[in-house]
Amino acid sequence: MKPWFKASVLPLALATLWLQSCTQSPEAATSDADSLQGKLVLTGSSTVAPLASQIGKQFEQAHPQVRVDVQTGGSSRGITDVRQGVADIGMVSRALKPEEKDLKSFPIARDGIGVIVHRDNPVQALSDQQLVDIYTGKTINWQPVGGHKAPITVVNKAEGRSTLELFLDYFQLKNSQIQAQVVIGDNEQGIKTVAGNPQAIGYVSIGTAEHDIANNTPIKLLPVGGVAASTQTVQQGTFPLARPLNLVTNTPPQGLQKEFIDFAQSQEVAEIVQQQNFVAIAK
Amino acid sequence: MFNSRILSRSRSDQILVWSLRGLAALAGAIVGLIGLFLVLESLPVLQQVGPARFFTDAAWNPLEGLYDLTPMLWGTLWVTLGSVLVATPLGILSAVFCQFYAPARIASFYRRLLELLAGIPSVVYGFWGLVVLVPLINQIHPPGTSLLAGIAILTMMILPTIALVAAASFAKVPPAYLQEAAVLGLSRWTTIQAIVLPAAKSGLFTGVVLGTGRAIGETMAILMVCGNVVQMPRSLFEPLRTLTANIALEMAYATGDHRSALFVSGLVLLGLVVALVAMAEALSQGQIYE
Repeated sequence: MKPWFKASVLPLALATLWLQSCTQSPEAATSDADSLQGKLVLTGSSTVAPLASQIGKQFEQAHPQVRVDVQTGGSSRGITDVRQGVADIGMVSRALKPEEKDLKSFPIARDGIGVIVHRDNPVQALSDQQLVDIYTGKTINWQPVGGHKAPITVVNKAEGRSTLELFLDYFQLKNSQIQAQVVIGDNEQGIKTVAGNPQAIGYVSIGTAEHDIANNTPIKLLPVGGVAASTQTVQQGTFPLARPLNLVTNTPPQGLQKEFIDFAQSQEVAEIVQQQNFVAIAK
Repeated sequence: MFNSRILSRSRSDQILVWSLRGLAALAGAIVGLIGLFLVLESLPVLQQVGPARFFTDAAWNPLEGLYDLTPMLWGTLWVTLGSVLVATPLGILSAVFCQFYAPARIASFYRRLLELLAGIPSVVYGFWGLVVLVPLINQIHPPGTSLLAGIAILTMMILPTIALVAAASFAKVPPAYLQEAAVLGLSRWTTIQAIVLPAAKSGLFTGVVLGTGRAIGETMAILMVCGNVVQMPRSLFEPLRTLTANIALEMAYATGDHRSALFVSGLVLLGLVVALVAMAEALSQGQIYE
């Protein structure tokens, strides 16, 4: 570093400090909108957690005095922690159940689950009943449902995943009834499996699937219940196999809680929601 | 072995001995603590449903209260056994080639190649398996994700371990043995199979044990290529789930009894490793390590 630079920076820094101490009285600091401070603990769904933690980072940038701590452990942990007051906000990747209606929920995004097959598969649509028959092992060949004569490879999700829960719930199935040939963990693994196997059928988050289709991955989304699977239909609420991603609180949110939830529902985070392959809430 | 009476009892020796004892105790304590932790975490479900149901239930559906681990125990055993059976002869023979037949340049290049292979992270093997190997097997017999894919991937992963340890132990065979064999006019292959292999057997055995250990504990690659369906595979082309894949697949989303049951998977896996180590110990008793 050159000496002249050093010499000019130091007085400047000192001057800034002096100016700051001069203009900011303690009272002014607390009334200032930018002086939110404290720590916010979010626990719950691991589907929502990456989104919440990105939103949290942006929130921290806007309010340097605030720390947002995001922990996972499943939607049910989010509910329990909020009830017990361990967490300020719970993350729940489904609509609240009737027995949870005492909690306040705030949707921050939507997520749809689409049925995917290989791009070369001639099947254009499957009815709900055909899908149930395929997943329960009653239909084991593509021919009766309009495809080539080839055995079907059923791709299912691992137990405990919220996508599996939603899928089972929609088709009124139990996981023990499903006859799968492949069980996968995350969405990407499901897409790679179907892309590498022309006879496979699976279900993944629509946002992730659209992103991969745009990048020329050889898969296609099938409509469910006659509704095309796309982020538009999920956003409009017409696609049946969809769920809200919620933030929940025990009591009506106030202070920091309220600021964060308002921020998470605002248009400012729409880009983060899209980056995480979820669907922004239509306003 | 050293006789402790012969050793001087100087102060610095005492310090060394005690610090070594401390370090050894620490290493041992880690294993003990992990075991204790697994037991504590799995205790809730073990008390509630009893250990027997983990081997007698009809299926693995922890959310519906069914906790059968036996298909996964067998799954772990099958892929491990298969890959060790394929990788052991391949690894030892490639070490023989490298050490005794290959010209020096090729041998050194080949050794670098094996070292590189040993250093590739398992998730890369798994990814390659998922996008290349599984579609290939699918063309022969769907669904592609199968016992065969698991064995193939694991073989590739443990082959370099076995080959490198074997090559190192061949290099340690005293040169006098080889010179005497040459004086006796033995052919190269006779020298190898009658002198080098027996002389290096403890090293070869260590390599196989290390390879088995890596195969049993492998998670990511196996999770990506084996299909993870909880069942007893009836052929090489059927999918299966291993104990490690079970934990990795479900841990992030498991709560309550389900989570506890996954710790039981870990406990069973630990038991399996203990059994294998005991078996290796029994096999090697007085024969392998002199």
